[in-house]
Amino acid sequence: MRVSAGERLANYAILIGFAAFAIWPIATIVLSALGPDDAGTSGAGVLGLHPENFAEAWRVGHFGQYLRTSLVVSVVTVLVSVVLSILSGYALGALRVPGATPVFYLFLLGIMMPSEAIIVPLYYDLRTVGLTDTIWAVILPQIAQSVAFGTFWMRAFFRSSSRALVEAARLDGAGPWRTLWSVLVPLARPAIVTLTVLVFMWTWNEFLIPLVMVVSEGLRTAPLGLAFFQGQYTQGFTLLAAGACIVATPIVILYVFLQRHFIAGMLEGAVRE
Amino acid sequence: MARARGGAGRGSGPPGEPRLSGYLYLLPGFLVYAAFLLYPLGRAAQFSLYEWDGASAESTFVGLRNYSEILGDATLRASFGHALVLMFFYAVLPLLIGLPLATILNRAKVRGLGFFRTVVFLPQVIAMVVIAVAWRRLYAPEGGLNDALRLVGLDSLARGWLGDYTWALSAVGVIGTWFETGLVTVLLLSGMGRIPGELYEAARLDGAGPVREFFAVTLPSVRGEIAVALTLTVIAALRTFDLVYVTTTGGPGTSTMVPSFEVYNRAFEQGNVGSATAIGVTLTVVIFLISTVINRIGDRATS
Repeated sequence: MRVSAGERLANYAILIGFAAFAIWPIATIVLSALGPDDAGTSGAGVLGLHPENFAEAWRVGHFGQYLRTSLVVSVVTVLVSVVLSILSGYALGALRVPGATPVFYLFLLGIMMPSEAIIVPLYYDLRTVGLTDTIWAVILPQIAQSVAFGTFWMRAFFRSSSRALVEAARLDGAGPWRTLWSVLVPLARPAIVTLTVLVFMWTWNEFLIPLVMVVSEGLRTAPLGLAFFQGQYTQGFTLLAAGACIVATPIVILYVFLQRHFIAGMLEGAVRE
Repeated sequence: MARARGGAGRGSGPPGEPRLSGYLYLLPGFLVYAAFLLYPLGRAAQFSLYEWDGASAESTFVGLRNYSEILGDATLRASFGHALVLMFFYAVLPLLIGLPLATILNRAKVRGLGFFRTVVFLPQVIAMVVIAVAWRRLYAPEGGLNDALRLVGLDSLARGWLGDYTWALSAVGVIGTWFETGLVTVLLLSGMGRIPGELYEAARLDGAGPVREFFAVTLPSVRGEIAVALTLTVIAALRTFDLVYVTTTGGPGTSTMVPSFEVYNRAFEQGNVGSATAIGVTLTVVIFLISTVINRIGDRATS
């Protein structure tokens, strides 16, 4: 398509203007985090920047502890829900167990259902069995949510994968278990990576479930810790900004390396709904 | 949406395929899902028929009163009204910005489009709490937005945006617009990328200018993507919780109170558990209806 030089220039202007708008709030916190501490005495800094703010925020805001909790919660949720999703997606998509369609619709219900709908009874029932204020109260509901999406995601993959290949494996004497793990799962690697990345991000960023389920400071996840830090630390913005950067960084790093999986996953996952 | 369906006529699989053992694969995932999502949903329906303060041993059966209260109670009605306002900011505005933006970018095939995509999609992967912290700073009396206004001489407009009765809800809404526009644009761009070039050539041979080209070719071709974008963003608007919790906690007054926040507030702050679950159930039903309606319209338009 041929476009005039003027139009091209205008396009670049729009592109840059829009990207600047998208980056503005993020740049604000990154620059504040690197600036001189507006609350306390600041060191000399390095080339006018103050990376020591991050160390200070880490110490004052207990972010090490929050990141550790988030990491445990996210890794356990990802591992368990991805394995369970592969199994149930295989049952619904490739093995086609009787009643697969109604079960699939039940899982779809879970994808659409907001956490707000179930969080209240879940809290009181988990309190009755003594699970609130444990890491399990944060992990188990999120595994359930991730299995709903994951089953749907893996089912779609297994349905589209080659029937002939499964047949060939079976004729070679492979049972359904071996067919799954040595034929289908290696083929499904990109789909599984996307699922892993999405579940990790959703779990890391989740706010309502840990907010409701956890009282102990030691069990706060990173976003929850940041929200409390904002409420308590009112001396200035620098350390809060540094804390916000600390909370966001792990996912942003993942995003930089695996952005195709993030974007494709979020768009396709949505389209398939 | 259509992609999940199809595959009919593949039959029920070859004979001799192990079928009952298939349930063993399904079972672990389904059990966790049933225990921590399906069962609580049933319990939510049950809770919503009672009045209970969350602490005492006694609860009173009140039938559907918690539901009728949603229509009768002025603050609750207002909170659903606020959700409607947020839908405009989360869904309509991003679409109005994203459509021309994606059209321009798709037409010109400019360089650096990949980098642009990465940047505008970035808000989607950042925790809402972090986003809320950043925007609170921008909206602060001495924050970036007021600095920018003073810079262009609009000092009279400068204010504490999130503390202002008139402006707080719109200020929260603009964060939603900022958050969703990148997603909508990237979604539309991927749809437009799939439009065959011949369609444009044919339109141009018919003498269509850029505007007619947009309405005759581009817009009809991305109806499916528009439906998806609307579904996602409308649901996000209805589910606004983290953002309100961190920026305004429903205030000033109740001017930014939204249904999701009411669920939390009533259940865990006010000890009104029945009402909280009734709002949660209503929210689920509304989300269900909206996504069904939007997808029906989208399907009809594409078929």
